[in-house]
Amino acid sequence: MTTLAAPPSARKRPPAAGTTPGTAQGPPRPRRTALLPTAVLALGALYCLLPVAWVLVASTKSGTELFSTFSFLPGTGFTGNVTDLSAHRDGVYWQWMANSLLYAGLGAVLSTAVSACAGYALAMYRFRGRETVFHVILAGVLVPPVILAIPQYLLMAEAGMADTRLSVLLPLILSPYGVYLGRIYARAAIPAELIEAGRMDGAGEGRIFLRIAVPMMAPGLVTIFLFQFVAIWNNFLLPYIMLGDDTKFPMTVGLFTLLAQGSNTPALYTLVITGALLAIAPLIALFLVIQRFWSLDLLSGAVKS
Amino acid sequence: MSHLLHRRLAATATAVALGASALTACGSSGGDRAADSGPVSLTYWAWAPGMDKVADLWNKKNPDIKVTVRKQASGDDLVTKIITAAKAHQAPDLVQAEYQALPTLVTNDVLADISGEVGDAKGKFAPGVWQQTTLGTDAVYAVPQDSGPMMFYYRADLFTQYGLTVPTTWDEFARTARALKKKAPDKALTTFSSNDAGLFAGLAQQAGARWWAIDGEKWKVAIDDPATRKVADFWGGLVAEGAVDNQPMYTPAWNKALNTGKQIAWVSAVWAPGTLTTAAPDTKGKWAMAPLPQWTKGQNATGSWGGSSTAVTNDSDHKAAAATFATWLNTDPEALNALVREGGIYPAATTAQTGDALAKAPDFFANQPDFYTRAAEIAKTTAPSSWGPNVNVAYAAFKDRFGAAAKARSGFGAALTGMQDATVADLKKQGFEVAP
Repeated sequence: MTTLAAPPSARKRPPAAGTTPGTAQGPPRPRRTALLPTAVLALGALYCLLPVAWVLVASTKSGTELFSTFSFLPGTGFTGNVTDLSAHRDGVYWQWMANSLLYAGLGAVLSTAVSACAGYALAMYRFRGRETVFHVILAGVLVPPVILAIPQYLLMAEAGMADTRLSVLLPLILSPYGVYLGRIYARAAIPAELIEAGRMDGAGEGRIFLRIAVPMMAPGLVTIFLFQFVAIWNNFLLPYIMLGDDTKFPMTVGLFTLLAQGSNTPALYTLVITGALLAIAPLIALFLVIQRFWSLDLLSGAVKS
Repeated sequence: MSHLLHRRLAATATAVALGASALTACGSSGGDRAADSGPVSLTYWAWAPGMDKVADLWNKKNPDIKVTVRKQASGDDLVTKIITAAKAHQAPDLVQAEYQALPTLVTNDVLADISGEVGDAKGKFAPGVWQQTTLGTDAVYAVPQDSGPMMFYYRADLFTQYGLTVPTTWDEFARTARALKKKAPDKALTTFSSNDAGLFAGLAQQAGARWWAIDGEKWKVAIDDPATRKVADFWGGLVAEGAVDNQPMYTPAWNKALNTGKQIAWVSAVWAPGTLTTAAPDTKGKWAMAPLPQWTKGQNATGSWGGSSTAVTNDSDHKAAAATFATWLNTDPEALNALVREGGIYPAATTAQTGDALAKAPDFFANQPDFYTRAAEIAKTTAPSSWGPNVNVAYAAFKDRFGAAAKARSGFGAALTGMQDATVADLKKQGFEVAP
């Protein structure tokens, strides 16, 4: 396609897609370049949204309709499914939902707090070993949390904390990725002059951090919170290994027990599908609520001229 | 022999990856749940539905031994989870374990020998079932809970419509498959599924295969033996000529094929009615059950597919109490009735197989009122089976190799050899000695 392009001398800048058609280059070329990426993106969107659509439709089907009617034909059993799910083992599903909210909510708040402190310190203070610490944390980003689950379990067991809610919360509090983002964001968003000015005016380091740095880092912290919330919400292996008590299970592990009930019991597909759909709802709600904080991002750079 | 089973070398390799074994070295002080003088409290990891309700029956009658059921997801992942917990000395007192997982758990030192406490229960089970909990030793590592004797399920209405007779031998089975293809090319008698090795293992068991055996101080692997080869070649041939389908089971497409009568038979086990109820709801009352076809006429053997046991772990501080509960759970008529009713299991205890709870045929098979009487007859003919310490590896190799061969419709000979080689290689890697 590049061979069709006019020689560079003919024009300095190619017109953006959809602008000034009918110029010397003629309309076909910009149109063509725009079509392909759009098609690829549309395909990607379809790939991502189709399973969601399937879950949406499948959750409306009753047990008898699930595999016998056309996949994307809505069924008649949604309320029945929700009732069944709520009644299953005396509503253990809502217990799992509450557990997931606790792990993800509290875990993300704590993790964001740690990331904010650590990121700020790594960005703003010069101290011996700073880069080493940062590089170790950076290396931590590369280690998949899955690998750590079993060692973390053995450590927790050693501390006598296996099979407790704390054993799921604690390992999630330090997130290398969160610290990394925190540092990057603190460095970009907080001008050193501002910190200096705060010190001149006699504010303590803690006050500077809480009153000046944290508000300026807020959009970044919201991002870290969201990342952590989603990561913990979807986390499977750590709670699976840590917890034996099914009343402490988060949603992911709980739904898995509905799927694998032994060879002589059929999997409870309708309940799992409905449960999976309801499990997305808090995430969507969270994104809708938190979206408005992201727009602050545009203002945050305005301090420095 | 128990020395062989307890070979510590194996313990480190199976389940816990990366660094875990280094940590366990210092993890010996975890057993701080000391025996207190009050009532004994036991934790039980199980996946059977309604197990908590059965345990409630026990708790009401035995206030001094309280059993708490923690519901888990079944499968190989649970075996890994139990082994990991045992490494940290945090395993529950009781676990539900599939028969084929017992050698893995025993070689990892997870299960306690409870022969002293449960030895008397031996007579309540078919010898072939009991033998699976002893691994051929004098020890007893579990009490059988449920079993899955294999049977042949077919659509009685469609068999009549196409003028087919119920096959009693595998030769007849092949002829039936071909006859159906001729009469209705868009239908298939059944499918050979490569996503559940349990079915293939059961079929090999019926043919007389013993995949794992202990030979002196070594493990002997005989997956690629004449009996299994006979089974593999039989199904490979049917798949290659297109007489049976090659699509996996337990997929929406498979459910649809059963529900619409595109597949009109299923080689399965006693629990099939439950699966059919959800997979093929429109075919209620149209199925019938018959004994599995035999390799030679007049023979009477079946394999087993699925089934599990109740085992006591070495981490338990109250092994005797746990063993008493395990025996009650799996031999007491009231407990077994509750297990059948709440958990939908097919009990391994022979008296319970014709007990009150199974007096009536499953709803889905209301047209066959003597369903469970016949099932009990078939269960008696279960051939013995033997499992080794790396069943999961053999099963994974089956899925990979037979899956590819079924897709290519190219016969299963090479796949079977590959499965044998992968299993032997893994045993050696784990530190077991393997007899050639």
